[in-house]
Amino acid sequence: MNPLLLSHFTATTCVGRGLAANLAALCDERSGLAPCRFETVDVDTCVGEVAGVDDQSLPPAIIDFDCRNNRLAQLGLAQDDFIAAVAAALARYGADRIGVFVGTSTSGILQTELAYRRRDSVTGALPDDFVYSTTQNSFSVADFVRRTLCLSGPAAAVSSACSSSAKVFGSAARMIEGGLIDAAVVGGVDSLCLTTLYGFSSLQLTSTRPCRPFDRDRDGISIGEAAAFFLVERLPAVPSPDAILLLGVGESSDAYHMSSPHPEGLGARMAMEQALAGAGLAPEAIDYINLHGTGTRSNDLAEARAVLSLFGDATRCSSTKGAVGHTLGAAGGVEAVISALALRHGFMPAGVNTQELDPALPLAYLLRNDARAPSRILSNSFGFGGTNCSLVLGRADAVIGGA
Amino acid sequence: MPGVGAFIDGIGLVGPGLPNWTVGEAVLSGNASYVEQLVELPAAATLPPAERRRVGRVVKLALAIGYQAAAAAGQDPARLAAVFTASGADGDTCHEICQMLATSDRQISPTRFHNSVHNAPAGYWSIAAGAMAPSTSLCAFDGSFGAGLLEAICQVLAARNPVLLIAYDTGYPEPLNRARPISDAFGIALLLSPGRGEPTLGRVDVELTADAADVIADPALESLRTGYPAARGLPLLVALARRQARRQVLDYLDHRRLAVTSTPCR
Repeated sequence: MNPLLLSHFTATTCVGRGLAANLAALCDERSGLAPCRFETVDVDTCVGEVAGVDDQSLPPAIIDFDCRNNRLAQLGLAQDDFIAAVAAALARYGADRIGVFVGTSTSGILQTELAYRRRDSVTGALPDDFVYSTTQNSFSVADFVRRTLCLSGPAAAVSSACSSSAKVFGSAARMIEGGLIDAAVVGGVDSLCLTTLYGFSSLQLTSTRPCRPFDRDRDGISIGEAAAFFLVERLPAVPSPDAILLLGVGESSDAYHMSSPHPEGLGARMAMEQALAGAGLAPEAIDYINLHGTGTRSNDLAEARAVLSLFGDATRCSSTKGAVGHTLGAAGGVEAVISALALRHGFMPAGVNTQELDPALPLAYLLRNDARAPSRILSNSFGFGGTNCSLVLGRADAVIGGA
Repeated sequence: MPGVGAFIDGIGLVGPGLPNWTVGEAVLSGNASYVEQLVELPAAATLPPAERRRVGRVVKLALAIGYQAAAAAGQDPARLAAVFTASGADGDTCHEICQMLATSDRQISPTRFHNSVHNAPAGYWSIAAGAMAPSTSLCAFDGSFGAGLLEAICQVLAARNPVLLIAYDTGYPEPLNRARPISDAFGIALLLSPGRGEPTLGRVDVELTADAADVIADPALESLRTGYPAARGLPLLVALARRQARRQVLDYLDHRRLAVTSTPCR
């Protein structure tokens, strides 16, 4: 694929609002996971809850969109002058020429969960203030972003579980390549809700402790919530040396099981291979892999096998879910932001919480931050239904001129 | 405004009174009269028995139309990239989960949980067809058909390979159905291809427009078009059934619709 410029980006996670807070937590090897106190949930697990989400109030004109997921989207959009960057792009390209593709797995389902507690005792009807289209529906968050940013180009929510906000980069790249748009706002927003907390608990996939991906004693995930956004544009003739580029997107399906990965990580390997092929890179060109690394026994094992078979055991890697949790439909976007921060600031982030690496997964897994500056990073996102997506990001100074 | 386009090599259709594309083609071309009938979905016979027992209507619908379109085009489903698009996931499962979560016993079943994801049809399709090719799962509320059509054509152009578009909707039970009224089930699948071949039925070229969406003159078909997000694509199927070269406007987003030019190839 033709490289694309990731001209602006931002993330809001449990470790903080915006890039500076997230960078500081990564540099300090700090986790934002804490015992779950969310709503009325009585699951013994840790979560990555974003502080102050429910303090957000939506503008009166779009008050029908009010739900935790869109409050988190609004909080996320407000960081790092992202709205101003999009406004400048809008002035350059026109509102019709900027697409919006947002990944989410559960959108505003919490609003429906709460409405079901307030059903009419006689008729069973949901309360009159419940608005399906602008809260529960998966498109709600993409539509909210579109309206907030005054964009009118093509738009969709991608809802492919935990690969959602990696796949949005592919949708944007193809539509830019097809000439339908000049730029896109992509990202992911997922917020805490009862469906995922009780659902992953029912699958016995939630850890009672902050998750420890690739640890010998790893025992499950910590669910997080987050909003991450990128402005994607065509590559200018002379990008700045530290510009962050999208170099490749690879996608595949496991064709194996709805909630377990292919045991050999075959689908994962195909996605990574295709991302590398799209970027025109050999595996050796990748300096660091931001693993999907959820912290479940089987996911980490399958991913390790896929990475070992393609990269061998020397490529440095880690999962940053110990810091921010598994943010599900936002994970691809969040981890693309973390990868972009690593490229911009010249370090490779450690997998925090992990104490003792699983000897059965002999990867070059970083337990501490590595001060060497990466030039090209691969980021993995895999999800329920066997959906896989890998991204390759790189610095312009490493890519332009065939460095 | 530049556009994008692809060839249509196969069509899958299931809706009230439209059990398959053979019947649908006859009805939409005006050669048979439309008789409204509730949708009967075939069992997902290609899934392993354990999975087959677990799937609901939304998966059966997506698989049924996907196989129709692939078979019509003579394509091996295992090799096809697929774009799934729907306004909602499995409505029955969503209702059951929300109902349980509103009680003191919140122990939802693991199967119900993984069936609740929007991409469950894509996951089951991949298992049923043995398809390791990429798929994506989109939602644009009432504009989901348009979102899927744009994504699928852009994938055809990017990969120079056939792509299967699977657009489908099933409803929620009450009380959610009142908030999102979808009564039965409706799905359209299109096998989109980069080049014209033996099975090619026609070509579709798409550009964005602010023009108003076209309606279907037949009131029964028009009520299908407005009753199901996936059926927003029906005008395109009408033109293909009648072998008409036409420019029509399909619903997509507020103030942003798709001008779709269809050209028959046989």
